[in-house]
Amino acid sequence: MDYAPLLISLRAAIIATIVTFFLGIAAACFVSGYRGKFKGLIDGVLTLPLVLPPTVIGFLLLILFGKNGPLGKLLMSIGKTVIFSWPATVIAASVVAFPLMYRTVRSAFEQIDQNIINAARTLGVSEWKIFWRITIPLAWPGVAAGTVLAFARALGDFGATLMIGGNIPGKTLTIPAAIFFAAESGEMRKALIWVMLIFIVSLIVMTLMNYWTDYQRKMIAAAGRK
Amino acid sequence: MEILVDIQKKLPGFELEVNFETGMDILGLLGASGSGKSMTLRCIAGIDTPDRGRIVLNGRTLFDSQKGINLPCRKRKLGYLFQNYALFPNMTVEENIGFGIGDKKREERMAIIKEKVKMIKLEGLEKRYPNQLSGGQQQRVALARALAIEPEALLLDEPFSALDNYLRSQMVKQLTENLADYLGVTLFVTHNMDEVYSVCNKLVILSMGKIEAKGGTEEVFRSPPTLVSAQLTGCKNFSLAKYISPFEVEALDWGITLKAKNEIVKHIEFVGIRAHAIELALNEKQDNVFRCWLNFASQTPSRITTYLSIQVPTLGKDGYHIQWEITKQMWFELKDKPQPWNLRFNPDDLIIV
Repeated sequence: MDYAPLLISLRAAIIATIVTFFLGIAAACFVSGYRGKFKGLIDGVLTLPLVLPPTVIGFLLLILFGKNGPLGKLLMSIGKTVIFSWPATVIAASVVAFPLMYRTVRSAFEQIDQNIINAARTLGVSEWKIFWRITIPLAWPGVAAGTVLAFARALGDFGATLMIGGNIPGKTLTIPAAIFFAAESGEMRKALIWVMLIFIVSLIVMTLMNYWTDYQRKMIAAAGRK
Repeated sequence: MEILVDIQKKLPGFELEVNFETGMDILGLLGASGSGKSMTLRCIAGIDTPDRGRIVLNGRTLFDSQKGINLPCRKRKLGYLFQNYALFPNMTVEENIGFGIGDKKREERMAIIKEKVKMIKLEGLEKRYPNQLSGGQQQRVALARALAIEPEALLLDEPFSALDNYLRSQMVKQLTENLADYLGVTLFVTHNMDEVYSVCNKLVILSMGKIEAKGGTEEVFRSPPTLVSAQLTGCKNFSLAKYISPFEVEALDWGITLKAKNEIVKHIEFVGIRAHAIELALNEKQDNVFRCWLNFASQTPSRITTYLSIQVPTLGKDGYHIQWEITKQMWFELKDKPQPWNLRFNPDDLIIV
């Protein structure tokens, strides 16, 4: 049994989770504070990867990062190419996982009683301190939930990863792809082992998150929420 | 210590237009919900922005639309007490109180926190979280937090509305005590006339974004200048009025002519009298004595409100001219006496607008 798909999947999922953690929070912060008329459009664009078929996302990424794509050319100029290399698995996982992080965090931000933020402002505290000492702690159950959902989604991506990463064993072949190709070539035992593995990892992560969120909710008093 | 507020802001349904000045007194902003009183406070605090106007606190311009000045909330140095207290639920009592003075040295900060905790009488509860406190305690923490930054003005937005009645009178007393040592402007927003009367020495009455009355609390309660201000200060009996002579007014709805103590102007619209100001006449020779019949009555634990018709025995089901509030004791003495009762509308107590 070759364990490379496990390592490749975990590497892609962990890096993608870290990337979407920061990008998702930043985007959520921006959109929930934005009052302009493009709010619906911006939100739509940021949520799109959630509703589009993964192959469509993969296709768009191919165009973007391909030899003639805008980002592809840019990377080429510094002598790098991402298509069919391991960073491709990270990029694909990040894009499909991003909306889950963004939406969960944004709804957590918007549930915070605005008067609590206003109260902090009247106390003369900087926006930066308010964000880290109040907004993030109060939205923490949402941030944690978003992170875990993003991780689970990143770990499970198949279509987008296959489109721009391919299925190069030991390089870009992730667990979901390994399951597909094992099942396709009749190696049901092998496929089942991967299925069990991804099943167990996902279940453990989700369960831990549930308990942890409960614990967090108890810490953060009900008084602070509407 | 003084604040000058002169602002306009378009709100859904009406235009907010307020201007007032006040010094060290506690100024009450009284109005029904949706009258713009809370919005006024939010504009002063910098949470919302007026469309036009000027806000000056102790010579410091907080907002001036002509000069393009609009200080951000955090630079205004105002204490704001929110209706739901808006305590930081993830912080303990002392962390809440100390949150706005984080730039001070640790010892200094701890000293201020200690002093404020003592002021609000919550010693021993410093490590509690807001959800482990009662509503009244939470309110005191919010007050301490607002006062810890030594604000130049204190803005109280319906601070008692979330408390039950029993607690409310206690808290009103305690707040008045805590504010006695505060040297700054205090603005107190409420829809409750009892609170205004017991807490504030000056008063602004707002309705639909416009000022209906302003002045000393006692004075505004004694002679409210408009119908709305009379209603908001608790006057329940009104009749359309017609000018008869400088000291006589006809109450059209009640079918009686009343004598007034102060000279009446020609353009009057209503005459009113407070439900508790009506008195039992000593004899029929007095001024403004009329025969009244009891139509029905309703009671609260301490008082009875009687609904009376004037000059006629009845006005049909649920009809009445005036409400008369009396004590239980008086009710027991009165209820079996033959009707009509002779009641007097003291010329001193008439409200003519």
